[in-house]
Amino acid sequence: MSSASVPMLVRLPAWRARFALFALLAAFAVLAGRSAYLQSLKTGFLQEKGEARYARVLEVPATRGRIVDRNGEALAISTPVKSVWAIPEDFDASAAQLKSLAALLGQDARELQRRISGTERDFVYLKRQIPPQAAQRVAELGIGGVYQHSEFRRYYPGGETTAHVIGFTGVDDAGQEGIELAHQALLAGAAGSRRVIKDRLGGIVEDVESIRAARDGRDLTLALDSKIQNLAFGALKAAVETHKAKAGAIVALDVRSGEVLALANLPSYNPNNRARLTGAQLRNRVMTDTFEPGSTLKPFTVALAIELGRITPQTMIQTAPGTLTIAKYTIHDAHPESALSAAQVIQKSSNVGAAKIALGLPREEMHDLFRRVGFGAPPRLGFPGEAAGRLRAAKSWRPVEQATMAYGHGISVSLIQLARAYTVFARDGELVPLSLVRTGMPAAGKRVLSADVARSVRAMLEAAVQPGGTAPRARVVGWRVAGKTGTAHKQENGTYAANRYVSSFVGFAPVSDPRLLIAVMLDEPAAGQHYGGQAAAPVFSQVMQGALRMLGAPHDAPLAPLEMPGGGEEARENT
Amino acid sequence: MAKLNLLLLLVLVVCALGLVTSQHKSRQLFSELERGQQRGRALEVEYGQLQLESSTWGLHSRVEKIAAGSLGMRAPDPRRVHVVEAAQ
Repeated sequence: MSSASVPMLVRLPAWRARFALFALLAAFAVLAGRSAYLQSLKTGFLQEKGEARYARVLEVPATRGRIVDRNGEALAISTPVKSVWAIPEDFDASAAQLKSLAALLGQDARELQRRISGTERDFVYLKRQIPPQAAQRVAELGIGGVYQHSEFRRYYPGGETTAHVIGFTGVDDAGQEGIELAHQALLAGAAGSRRVIKDRLGGIVEDVESIRAARDGRDLTLALDSKIQNLAFGALKAAVETHKAKAGAIVALDVRSGEVLALANLPSYNPNNRARLTGAQLRNRVMTDTFEPGSTLKPFTVALAIELGRITPQTMIQTAPGTLTIAKYTIHDAHPESALSAAQVIQKSSNVGAAKIALGLPREEMHDLFRRVGFGAPPRLGFPGEAAGRLRAAKSWRPVEQATMAYGHGISVSLIQLARAYTVFARDGELVPLSLVRTGMPAAGKRVLSADVARSVRAMLEAAVQPGGTAPRARVVGWRVAGKTGTAHKQENGTYAANRYVSSFVGFAPVSDPRLLIAVMLDEPAAGQHYGGQAAAPVFSQVMQGALRMLGAPHDAPLAPLEMPGGGEEARENT
Repeated sequence: MAKLNLLLLLVLVVCALGLVTSQHKSRQLFSELERGQQRGRALEVEYGQLQLESSTWGLHSRVEKIAAGSLGMRAPDPRRVHVVEAAQ
């Protein structure tokens, strides 16, 4: 080797420098390529990931609209409640904690433990819809694996009184019955969502954007007057109990506006606690049940006969001997009379008289009138399950059927249809469209009868509630009343049951300027009094009296106590 | 030239500090807004509950029971009612 002290210039191979340079350049190229790739091609993905670290999408809850009566009184309100749920795998509670949790939820501790540990699922509801205060206490227990979320619960202050009109919502806050179902689109709110930036502590520091604005449900004002509703429900309930009826229904209409002021059914239910509901309780008999109306249809037959010029109210009709046989069928009167004027046929509710008048009329005309007053077609109130009733085509009517239809057999209607049809007499011949929602203005009616005919039938209906008529018990103190009773045999397996009746009364007041129309129906009154004049008319009178006072209708009769007829003085109808 | 640069630097610093302050203020205001909205929602909930309570206490059947029961009220006898015509 040469001397070590002399530095020697060693020539390294040139390729090593070039290699190092190339390696460095290549490393830079890789970095540049990678950054270009991330910046241009994967930028969306990366931004999303970054945002996920601080941005959150929050649900903005929306409330369901309230339902209020015409005076703004709440009939249905949503209020937030909490639902408590658990993830069984994470559930970790000491015996004491479990005990207090069970106490707060109103459940048995062992049952609760079994529900949590005895399941394969990874999600268990412990209790849905508990008050926020109770939920707060549950949260304070600090049990692992127990969570809660907010929900809305609907409350119905009116309870069973308004149950059939309002209906109810399910646990998911969607309408299931009644107005809640019919106006679901209006009442339901749409939950919205928004994107926010949260800080380390979970506080919102910035609103980034509103993804979807929350839309609260709109409030709905019903035509219902809760005072009249309460009065009607109370009177109906008392009558159903006194007469041991299977069911009952009542509806009150404002004659001028066509608004439904009260609508009640029995049996009813409490919509706030629907644990044990039966189909009978749920049925809205006013809207969805049809029945053979009986004598309440007689005024229509007589009105048509007068309209066609066949009779006048004074025309005498031969009704002796109180029976009329057509083909093999015999029509009876409860109290045979030798002859009655057309007005008395209504007042005394003579089947033979009504049948004879009907037989003198073209069946097409009769069918046409029934059709025009709304029978055989749903009343289109926008209520779920409205019944159309049964009205057969005119060409299939045999004479005997035409005769029985005159007094309301062989045709079926719902109580609301019957009530609406009577607006023809209350409004000088106009049929009024009905509304469950407050309109607050007079409704334009559709002319069905001439005003003169409607007025003369109204006079007959007023005579029917006077002593000597079928329903003196329908009168009220201080106002003139007009109306008609109905007592129909119930149909069973195709024949009429001998001792099962539907008794009804439809009437309106004050006669000088009708304001209110009320229809009452009792299904199978079983306490001995089954005539419409005995069972249904007193309910009408009670509700009408109270409601007219509440409405402040001017009196058109002296304020003197009424003399009620003794036994036997009251005319009775047979149907 | 250097003077201008220095001035611009100063302006820049002031602007940056201003930005920080305004951002901070905006966040403060925002959280205040958020709190206000939360309070509004809570009040709305309370309003609903109070309405519910009021209609429960004011149930006509309850009012009627109290009026007839503990207060001994009843509808007047028609013989004792006088209707007064309003003078037009």
